Amino acid sequence: MSVTETQKIEELANREYKYGFVTEVEEDKLPKGLNEDIIRQLSEKKGEPDWMLEWRLKAYRHWLTMTEPHWPNVKYDPIDYQDISYYSAPKKKPKYNSLDEIDPAIRETYNKLGIPLEEQMMLAGVAVDAVFDSVSVATTFKDKLKELGIIFCSMSEAIKEHPDLIKKYLGSVVPYTDNFFAALNSAVFSDGSFVYVPKGVRCPMELSTYFRINASETGQFERTLIVADEGAYVSYLEGCTAPIRDENQLHAAVVELIALDNATIKYSTVQNWYPGDKEGKGGIYNFVTKRGLCKGVNSKISWTQVETGSAITWKYPSCILQGDNSIGEFYSVAVTNNYQQADTGTKMIHIGKNTKSTIVSKGISAGRSNNSYRGLVKIGKKAENARNFSQCDSLLIGDKCGAHTFPYLEINNPTAQVEHEATTSKIGEDQIFYLNQRGISKEDAVNLIVNGYVKEVLAELPMEFAVEAQKLLSISLEGSVG
Amino acid sequence: MNKMNFKEIALNNFLEFERNLNGEKDLPIHSFRKKSFEYFNTLDLPTIKNEEWKYTNVSFLNNEYFKISNQKLDFSFDHIQKFLFDNLEHSLITLVNGFFNKNLSKLLDIPKGVEIISLAEALKLNHPIVEKYLGKISDNKDNFFTSLNTSFINDGVFIYIPDGKIIEDPIHIIFYQNSIQENNLVQPRNLFFIGKNSQVSIIEHYVSDTDTKYFTNSVTEIFVDENGILDHIRLQEESLQAVHIGRMDVNQERYSNFSSHLISTGAKFSRNEFNTRFIGQGGESTLNGLFMIDGEQLFDAHTLIDHAQPNCNSHEHYKGILQGNSRGVFNGKVMVRPDAQKTNAFQENNTILLSESATMNSKPQLEIFADDVKCSHGATVGKLNEEAMFYLKTRGIGQEAATAMLIHAFASDVITSIKIEALRDYLEKIITRKFN
Repeated sequence: MSVTETQKIEELANREYKYGFVTEVEEDKLPKGLNEDIIRQLSEKKGEPDWMLEWRLKAYRHWLTMTEPHWPNVKYDPIDYQDISYYSAPKKKPKYNSLDEIDPAIRETYNKLGIPLEEQMMLAGVAVDAVFDSVSVATTFKDKLKELGIIFCSMSEAIKEHPDLIKKYLGSVVPYTDNFFAALNSAVFSDGSFVYVPKGVRCPMELSTYFRINASETGQFERTLIVADEGAYVSYLEGCTAPIRDENQLHAAVVELIALDNATIKYSTVQNWYPGDKEGKGGIYNFVTKRGLCKGVNSKISWTQVETGSAITWKYPSCILQGDNSIGEFYSVAVTNNYQQADTGTKMIHIGKNTKSTIVSKGISAGRSNNSYRGLVKIGKKAENARNFSQCDSLLIGDKCGAHTFPYLEINNPTAQVEHEATTSKIGEDQIFYLNQRGISKEDAVNLIVNGYVKEVLAELPMEFAVEAQKLLSISLEGSVG
Repeated sequence: MNKMNFKEIALNNFLEFERNLNGEKDLPIHSFRKKSFEYFNTLDLPTIKNEEWKYTNVSFLNNEYFKISNQKLDFSFDHIQKFLFDNLEHSLITLVNGFFNKNLSKLLDIPKGVEIISLAEALKLNHPIVEKYLGKISDNKDNFFTSLNTSFINDGVFIYIPDGKIIEDPIHIIFYQNSIQENNLVQPRNLFFIGKNSQVSIIEHYVSDTDTKYFTNSVTEIFVDENGILDHIRLQEESLQAVHIGRMDVNQERYSNFSSHLISTGAKFSRNEFNTRFIGQGGESTLNGLFMIDGEQLFDAHTLIDHAQPNCNSHEHYKGILQGNSRGVFNGKVMVRPDAQKTNAFQENNTILLSESATMNSKPQLEIFADDVKCSHGATVGKLNEEAMFYLKTRGIGQEAATAMLIHAFASDVITSIKIEALRDYLEKIITRKFN
């Protein structure tokens, strides 16, 4: 590596987190620690019905019997689950009719992030259910959605107002027995979003929640549930940024998607949480369980993610293709820098006949980071004519980082057609040379090449998100030439 | 007796093995065996919770009884005739139940300095190469079955090619298993040393003409010195009741070239662990494999190509054809260590499922810690190409003939890369026998 390259990489490594600031808002917090009393208090604070509390307690009791898994290709200090406060909410919780009434400090936060609520409302007709820490403080465009019969509200509200739907679907895709972090989430989830799109309705706008972790030392336990009834269509965006922190913060969210006959759900994520400083100190632990169930025939679930933040990203957005002819898709860009670690990928479980899945995963590692793709494609015995195509590429920038691929293919039906491809390489010197020749600077050339490399995935994002994602990528990779 | 688990059986066998050693107990090799057995005792039979054994369940070994095999001499060429290759000049070595059999071995003119002898003899001679390398290339501490084999090191094949020797005719080693009283535990141990600028082809051929149950647990250690070339072929045609666990560890010095072909059709349960490690720059490694299984067979290939040095190339291609209720497992790992720049590593695994109930689990893995590399892997699983089948049928070729034709074509990738023509013919015959 030449001297200038080393310098550039150092320069990149020295880049501070751009979105690091803390908004001071008075908070209502539970004491640290986790036990049945804490869960009772939490449930009471949120004014939940008894059945919900019972459900939480069942999950908690099951969680006690489980041990934390350590199989992924990531390293972190042990988490002390008693040292976390499981509830924090902005103290004042008035109901707003217009955005002007929102606490100016919170609005300032959004402004600093460059995504002011007003602008978003005007720009793209995005309905924003902004989660500030764990409680929803602003909900927009609700009336318009209401006309169509679409329910888009916070989880706490849904528990109170739509108990039948919640009882029917909550935990049906990710039961609390599923894994250690899902059990923890089920016991202590603070809030989240609930979407229900009724039969035959096409949701006219992208639904979006921007949430950020704000209170120091509070784990964020989001719970998202999206149900698309027969023939419905919905596209949901999730995006986040978080301020600089010293302690590691645990984020163990659960996302459940359910698509009934002929329904389509598109779920997009841009994740840019605080990745820790350049020494690898601090940063968010992002341990998320995301799973979609294609329950009905011809249903489709599509995951798109751009992961640039978090000290550790550990998640596998998955699709269970249960209905005949159902389709699962996974498009991912994961960028790691400095000491970040990512172990991400997907699971495609083919159960129904003629089911199809596509996996496109693009990993980029720089600095001293480690980036792993881990994926499972399973073709069940009865999944006649299942089809899968997977492509997992890794791009390495600098010689101190690692890229790993762990695909699992489990095929139990001979009519299946499964293909998996993976490549690992660095940005070609010849490519950079070619662009230099044409008067394009080295930095622009890298940006151009990286953008070309991830284009397939970014093209899957809704317009507004694609712009933000592209911005994030160039911020993360500016100056990195390898 | 039946209530013993596998480790207790191993202990019983070890005690019996020690009793039969007589005066050889005091040799240095025996303290090495004892040390290995201590390691073995710290390990447990792998379970499916162990990532490396996720799809391959060996717990059945706890319900079986195995007894170390004894040397027997009364065999003639008639027993092994059908495993010889037609039209091939080659040196032949035969091991019966893991013991070197002089009567069934014949060496062609070999250059001066080349040694092709039994491991038992090499141990008796205190051969310096054996002292230096035996047990040093394969890990006897963490691998259950390798530790087991190491604890019982006794006989096998030792090949020493000094610097600058080219052996033109391949060396054909037949591991003949004759298990009339069932449940033999056969544990050959081989050590091949290829000197600088030397070249040789070695065929390890595991066969049996009985349909009995026995357990082969073989370990082969290979050292290829600078510029050395080794063409290694392993042909596994064990009894369909047998358990076969085969381990091969290769260390490659600078600019050496190692190529391996594994052709596997036999054994009810077979597990193959092939590991190559570049310990010098500029090496070249090829690992190819073809497995054809049917009925209740299980085949498992675990490979690790360790790019510990820069400027090395590796190619890996494993193909499988599965019928009946058979199960195939492929786990190919390519490791590119920090500073192993300019590495090229290519890996592919293709499998054809010919029956409803066959299962394939494929796990190609890349672990890369250097940036200036070109690595790729691909895996496909499916049935025979329908369009190709349709094309053949429109030309008046029946289903069965077309299937056979397509299978021959599928297998040909691996078979044509074998350099020895007589061996290719032998393999074509196996495929024809199986699928026509």
